[in-house]
Amino acid sequence: MKHLLTLRETSKTDIDYLLDTAGTLREILERPVKKVPTLRGRAMITLFYENSTRTRTSFEMAAKIMSAEAINIAVSQSSVSKGESLKDSLLTLQALKADCIVMRHSSSGTPEFAAQILKHTSIINAGDGRHEHPTQGLLDMLTIRQTKGQLEDLEVAIVGDIAHSRVARSNIWGLTKMGAKVRLVGPRTLLPPDADRLPVQVYDNLAQGLDGVDVVNVLRLQTERMEKGLLPSLREYSRLFGISQQSLKLAQPDVMVLHPGPMNRGVEISADVADGKFGIHSAIEEQVTNGIAVRMAVLYALMGVSSDTEA
Amino acid sequence: MKTLLFGGRIVDPSQHIDRDADLLIEDGKISAILEPGTAIADAEQIDVTGKVVVPGLIDIHVHLREPGFEYKEDIESGTRAAAAGGFTRVCCMPNTNPAIDTAATVRFILERTEQVGVAHVHPIGAATRAMQGDQLTEMAELKSAGAIAISDDAFPLQSAETTRRAMEYCAMLNLPLLTHNEDKALTQKGAMNEGYTATLLGIPGMPRVAEDIAVARNIMLAKLTGCHLHLLHISTAGTVELLRRAKAEGIKVTGEACQHHWALTDEACMKFQTDAKMNPPLRTQEDCEAIKQGLQDGTIDCIVTDHAPHAEYEKEVEFDAAPFGILGLETSFPITYTTLVKTGVLTLSEAIAKMTSEPAKILSLPEGAGTLCPGAIADVAVLDLDTIWTIDRNTVQSKSKNTPFHGTEVQGRAVFTVVAGRVIRL
Repeated sequence: MKHLLTLRETSKTDIDYLLDTAGTLREILERPVKKVPTLRGRAMITLFYENSTRTRTSFEMAAKIMSAEAINIAVSQSSVSKGESLKDSLLTLQALKADCIVMRHSSSGTPEFAAQILKHTSIINAGDGRHEHPTQGLLDMLTIRQTKGQLEDLEVAIVGDIAHSRVARSNIWGLTKMGAKVRLVGPRTLLPPDADRLPVQVYDNLAQGLDGVDVVNVLRLQTERMEKGLLPSLREYSRLFGISQQSLKLAQPDVMVLHPGPMNRGVEISADVADGKFGIHSAIEEQVTNGIAVRMAVLYALMGVSSDTEA
Repeated sequence: MKTLLFGGRIVDPSQHIDRDADLLIEDGKISAILEPGTAIADAEQIDVTGKVVVPGLIDIHVHLREPGFEYKEDIESGTRAAAAGGFTRVCCMPNTNPAIDTAATVRFILERTEQVGVAHVHPIGAATRAMQGDQLTEMAELKSAGAIAISDDAFPLQSAETTRRAMEYCAMLNLPLLTHNEDKALTQKGAMNEGYTATLLGIPGMPRVAEDIAVARNIMLAKLTGCHLHLLHISTAGTVELLRRAKAEGIKVTGEACQHHWALTDEACMKFQTDAKMNPPLRTQEDCEAIKQGLQDGTIDCIVTDHAPHAEYEKEVEFDAAPFGILGLETSFPITYTTLVKTGVLTLSEAIAKMTSEPAKILSLPEGAGTLCPGAIADVAVLDLDTIWTIDRNTVQSKSKNTPFHGTEVQGRAVFTVVAGRVIRL
């Protein structure tokens, strides 16, 4: 693998490989000394044009455990404020001999753009606009697989603001490639156009959407959606699409609940569900830990091979 | 001074001519269409054997970028691009800096064309001052300085009230109003067609209905005011149908289509190709077919390019940040010939009519534009219909390179043009 830009364009073989590798590497996280020398001498630069604590920290943790150099560039420190173009910023980081750049940007397609420009540096998409967030997709799949043993034939409902969600898109492509059945559930104002042409079932009714599902992946509701007139109120959203102990009664008894975080407790997810009360399997903390393992696997896949042996 | 183009096939829809004939030009005017082989001893002889001789192509929708954006294109490079594409006459949109909203700017463009232009240029005046959609421009003065139509292209009039008043003024002055049809409340920050491809890419979409609604409104206002409404760059099946119905009802409305809107779909935006980003955006195959149908049955009157140069560095950015617009002048005839004539949608004569006599009629261009009638100004394009070649963004005459047709194999091209009797070879 040269880059990780999307799960739509990643093969099932590569996804399998990354999940298996992550499954193996995860064991390192349970050791008292969390350090292996695998990526010594390699440099990862995180280039974040959007705020993120969780994803950036997770990448940084993954790099450091693997002994790679981790350098963080946040937008406020970068040249953007000086009017430098993204192309020039990327070329500079390549000339600084970054082995890989982990990018987050509010414009869809910027990692693809970076990969087209840079010849020597690998690009990892850490979330671009509403397009994709492939490492989130991978960590969701790893988390589900750990509990359910497999992904094939599982019924997975992705609930919430699908239209604006890069997490949803990466989940759709990753899960369907691995044989899971995906449902999209949300109000019509938050479903993307032509959603029915995606390899999914589309529901605008929560009860129908959750009926018999094995996994519920709850998306964060950005409160600005309401200000833009896409929702009447958070209260009504919560009543119609909020995941609660009550609404989960329609799902399989062993249903597991995922959330990419950060959560709006009481809006898209009830506090009881988030905290795993009433025997509900909330996998939210497992997701965070698995996120490190997945990112270790991705860094290994992109930077682990000696450059002498690269084609 | 006489010039004889001999050995060619003359196609002039304005006179219903399509036959082997020689063309004699004298003192910058068309002198005669002669039987093949007629000897004119004192004329410069140009052999066009195997080529097609047509009236110089006319494009009533281009952006020459001067004044203000000369780094993208200027009148010299833009008219060179025109001539390279077989165009001898273009009409330039007013979204320059300053906008073409005063007589002084109209005169500036005409003077610059005198100095450096290799094709005729007709400025189109803005409908509102600085194209702000607010106060009307002094249209009578724009007209007397040489503006041939009024438009707020690129800044579509949102207020129905302002549109109505602009139409009343245009109707009074016998000027057509050219509208870019877009309800901005529905497109907002959209950067491509709303639909499956935009959903895949996570790009905010511009729904087709945003165009249809604006078209319907503008047609109703044209009916109310009696203004000649011309619909710019038709991109949706809905617009084609609305135009067809309006024409049947006898409303004074015409329409144009650009090569990219029938030859490409929004799938050209895959991989976030900013050279496939323009407004109105590339739509779906259904829309392409409707536009071709509209061209075939005469609903759509003419073919234009919406030639919109942008510097390479402006397009080499995030898809959201890239400006709308692509080149057109140098690919228009080859794409039209390859995708409409070779496929049987239009005959060669019908296609040439939509690039010569029809646009001349729509904007009431000066007598002699778009025809090879004896006495007309000698504007001629010589076309090669046989050469198969690959469009290359690096060999264009334009200052910019933003074409989604880079790498496309096409058939047919302009060989040279004659502008007011002067042979232009590029």
